[in-house]
Amino acid sequence: MNPANYLYLAALLFTIGAAGVLIRRNAIVVFMCVELMLNACNLAFVTFSRLHGNLDGQVIAFFTMVVAAAEVVVGLAIIVSIYRTRHSASVDDANLMKL
Amino acid sequence: MTGSMSLAAAAYQTSTGEAVQFWVLGTVAVIGALGTVLMKKSVHSALSLAGTMIVLAVFYLAQGAYFLGVVQIVVYTGAIMMLFLFVVMLVGITAADSLKETLKGQRWMAALCGLGFGILLIAGIANASLHSFAGTGQANAADGGNVQGLAHLVFTKYVWAFEITGALLITAAIGAMVLTHRERTEERLTQREQAEARVREGKQVTPLPAPGTYARHNAVDVPALLPDGSISELSVSSTLRERGQIRDVSRDAMRRLAELDQRSDEWLERAPEQPELEHDGERAPASAEEGAK
Amino acid sequence: METLIGLLVAAPLLGAGVLLTGGRRFDRTGHLLGTLFALLSFVFGMVLFVNMLGKNADDRALHSHLFTWVPVEGFQAQVGFQLDQLSMTFVLLITGVGTLIHIYSIGYMEHDERRRRFFGYLNLFLAAMLLLVLADNYLLLYAGWEGVGLASYLLIGFWQHKPSAATAAKKAFLVNRVGDMGLSIGIMLMFTTFGSFAFSNVLPRAAQAAGTQHATITGIGFMLLLAACGKSAQVPLQSWLGDAMEGPTPVSALIHAATMVTAGVYLIVRSGAIFNAAPDAQTAVVTVGAVTLLFGAIVGCAKDDIKKALAGSTMSQIGYMIMAAGLGPIGYVFAIMHLVTHGFFKAGLFLGAGSVMHGMNDEVDMRRYGGLRKFMPITFVTFGLGYLAIIGFPGLSGFFSKDKIIEAAYAKGGTEGWILGSAALLGAAITAFYMTRVMLMTFFGEKRWVPDAEGHEPHPHESPKSMTVPMIILAFGSVFAGGLFSINSSFVKWLEPVTGHSEGNSPVSTGTVTAATMVCLVIGVGIAWLMYGRRSVPAVAPRGSLVTRAARRDLLQDDFNHVVLVRGGEHLTRSLVYLDHSLVDGVVNGSAASVGGLSGRLRRLQNGYVRSYAVSMLGGTAVVVAATLLMRAV
Repeated sequence: MNPANYLYLAALLFTIGAAGVLIRRNAIVVFMCVELMLNACNLAFVTFSRLHGNLDGQVIAFFTMVVAAAEVVVGLAIIVSIYRTRHSASVDDANLMKL
Repeated sequence: MTGSMSLAAAAYQTSTGEAVQFWVLGTVAVIGALGTVLMKKSVHSALSLAGTMIVLAVFYLAQGAYFLGVVQIVVYTGAIMMLFLFVVMLVGITAADSLKETLKGQRWMAALCGLGFGILLIAGIANASLHSFAGTGQANAADGGNVQGLAHLVFTKYVWAFEITGALLITAAIGAMVLTHRERTEERLTQREQAEARVREGKQVTPLPAPGTYARHNAVDVPALLPDGSISELSVSSTLRERGQIRDVSRDAMRRLAELDQRSDEWLERAPEQPELEHDGERAPASAEEGAK
Repeated sequence: METLIGLLVAAPLLGAGVLLTGGRRFDRTGHLLGTLFALLSFVFGMVLFVNMLGKNADDRALHSHLFTWVPVEGFQAQVGFQLDQLSMTFVLLITGVGTLIHIYSIGYMEHDERRRRFFGYLNLFLAAMLLLVLADNYLLLYAGWEGVGLASYLLIGFWQHKPSAATAAKKAFLVNRVGDMGLSIGIMLMFTTFGSFAFSNVLPRAAQAAGTQHATITGIGFMLLLAACGKSAQVPLQSWLGDAMEGPTPVSALIHAATMVTAGVYLIVRSGAIFNAAPDAQTAVVTVGAVTLLFGAIVGCAKDDIKKALAGSTMSQIGYMIMAAGLGPIGYVFAIMHLVTHGFFKAGLFLGAGSVMHGMNDEVDMRRYGGLRKFMPITFVTFGLGYLAIIGFPGLSGFFSKDKIIEAAYAKGGTEGWILGSAALLGAAITAFYMTRVMLMTFFGEKRWVPDAEGHEPHPHESPKSMTVPMIILAFGSVFAGGLFSINSSFVKWLEPVTGHSEGNSPVSTGTVTAATMVCLVIGVGIAWLMYGRRSVPAVAPRGSLVTRAARRDLLQDDFNHVVLVRGGEHLTRSLVYLDHSLVDGVVNGSAASVGGLSGRLRRLQNGYVRSYAVSMLGGTAVVVAATLLMRAV
């Protein structure tokens, strides 16, 4: 088997995640889909690391995880505070930024 | 050391075992991803995502990224997904969970863009000639193991980025606290003040009526009956009321029940307990008339 | 000596500053202070004159550099003075006649509440005019030029409570602006062509560049002519001069004799090198001069207002000077000579007219005068001497200077010379006619006095000493100046180093010209005597012929301006407004509307839904990926 198959899988997962972001209205699920996209990227990085035979790709994936963790913390805090004031977790309800 | 060497050697040449593992687990990962997107309840989505993440962890391990594989399970599946579930619990089930599209043309556009993007990505990968690969075995062995190799890189070449991520994490933690923190700007009301406020508003001064009628219907979903036979909305929880999960025991329902009793009595050839039923049926209108007077 | 040149300008400027900013504490002494400063300037002028006489003819010019006004790389505007024979002539005329007018004004303006301010303006006028003639470059000359315009505006509109005076001041200022525009464009052309403003730089190079930059130099010449037309009231910018009579009479004397209108002549003579290099511009100058001298003379014939008749006369006489200046080196000297003699007799005439008005309750209509010679003997004699001088009575100033101009016009040669000479001769005849008319209507005949609006019967009387003494001095000038200048051609020799001089080749001998002038003179005086001396003058003006009526209306110059410029301007403005509304606003509003409409459509993309933004982002990313792949494939 060619390790490039991992890359195809990563592309597929990324696309599914992106579609989820576009389709789902629940902010939490949207966030999960973003996480899915990040994980797909990580898989690609790890595969690249294997293809090139050095560990830099893994380091990048590691940093991605750290950043994703930070992002999730802040993002979920935002969702919670929005839910508190608007009693809704729908991304469509937060649509005041328009003319 | 030897174990890692053997695994590294396997990474040079994708073994049949790995191929089988890839096709089986890859299918699972895709199903998990689709589940994340398509499951109606966010709890189910979260569980599907956790499954995909675990599969990815296995793939990391299979590709020689041992540290990342473990971290994936511990941090992602363990910590982050739990955080998600926690928030899902906090927020509860909302109308947003519906999969019905409300934006005009959104689904079509999403499908179009997603398909186009995916096809382009896959075409790009296919376009690149990837017939030989180096494998991570050598790189892992150079520093005496995958963790050591990563540590070497993180604390030398990427030390600046590492420190920056530290700052980022602290900032994120403080940011989350600031976002969710609510400042109490006024004194908490005492019990007396609360009571006085309730009297002043004149809404419901007495304790709420307890639910249930008769010995056989004393569950919390059965509203209490008022003297005129109508039900008291106040006696059941508002959550149940909104969900429409109240068991209706108003007079018509009672009468139907009584008729059912009578018919079963007839079938069983039992003497009907007529006076008791009539007593119940006549007392309610009388009390209503009294109320009218 | 060089410092004195600066003081020459500074004295009246200081006077103006003190009088205009000093406030009421100078109300009692203001007129004396103003006169003192003018006199001081005259004394400085005399000292410089005597000093200049002591030098060689070629070595007389003085230069005094004060400071650099605009020290910019490539644009060096200097403040410096140049006192040569030409400037000296003007300085003496300006300060001399100016001082006399100051003295006269002490008496004339005695009862005016704002006398101090009046003297301040007079001093400002002198200072500006001195700056104009003493500047050693065109930019500083322009400063003086504008100063003269400002001072004339202030003085013509001095009695600003009269709407007619305010309007006249505005008119003078506006018409002058047209000329000023010409001067400024001319100066800009000079700077771009020669890179300098200084006379010492521009004039020699203009003479050199005659062949190579003919068009530019002709353009400069035309612009300078336009400027001269504005300041010197030449056709077509002559309309302000008649209305300028709304100012107090000493102002009219000052404007007509010593300052303001002479500035145009000065400019043309000073820029002689440019005009010599541009024959087309010179032709235009002589044409303007010839037309104006006839125009002014005809207007002067029909006016019943003594000051307006004199104003027409001034226009005509300046026309002579401009024509002479346009003749080139054969005429420059005589233009200036006529300017000086005219300065004497015209100042005398105006002061005399002021004296008459002073005695007649400010009546200006000559049909209400008559027989005043017995009541105002000094005024009569001085006015009469001025009259004889201006019509060119043999032996008096005007005779020498005007004859020379007519002679020079013939000396131009060819058809042009004949036309110009004949026009000048005709002008001389008309001059004799209208001046005799003024003289007869004012001082001879029976009394035609009527009480003024308040019923005061006029009691003609001689004016006070402060008014008569300047008139007497000016009368001396009118009589002797011309002869003095002509003895041994002293004036020609005096100015020749600056302006250059050539005798020209006259087809007619001097004797013939003199004889012809005499004949014209006799004819003019004779006709006037027949019309106004033998017959009694009707108190109400007869309807008169078409020409007379046109001349009474200044030969329709205002009507012309009104129809062509005002109406035309209004129509132009209206059509421009229409264009602005329909075309410019249409384009602007149309583009705004189309942008607005497009934005209205695009705004729908901004619907506030994060998910549709995300779709756009993903679409954009897909496009970028596609582009990257395509680039790699290529």
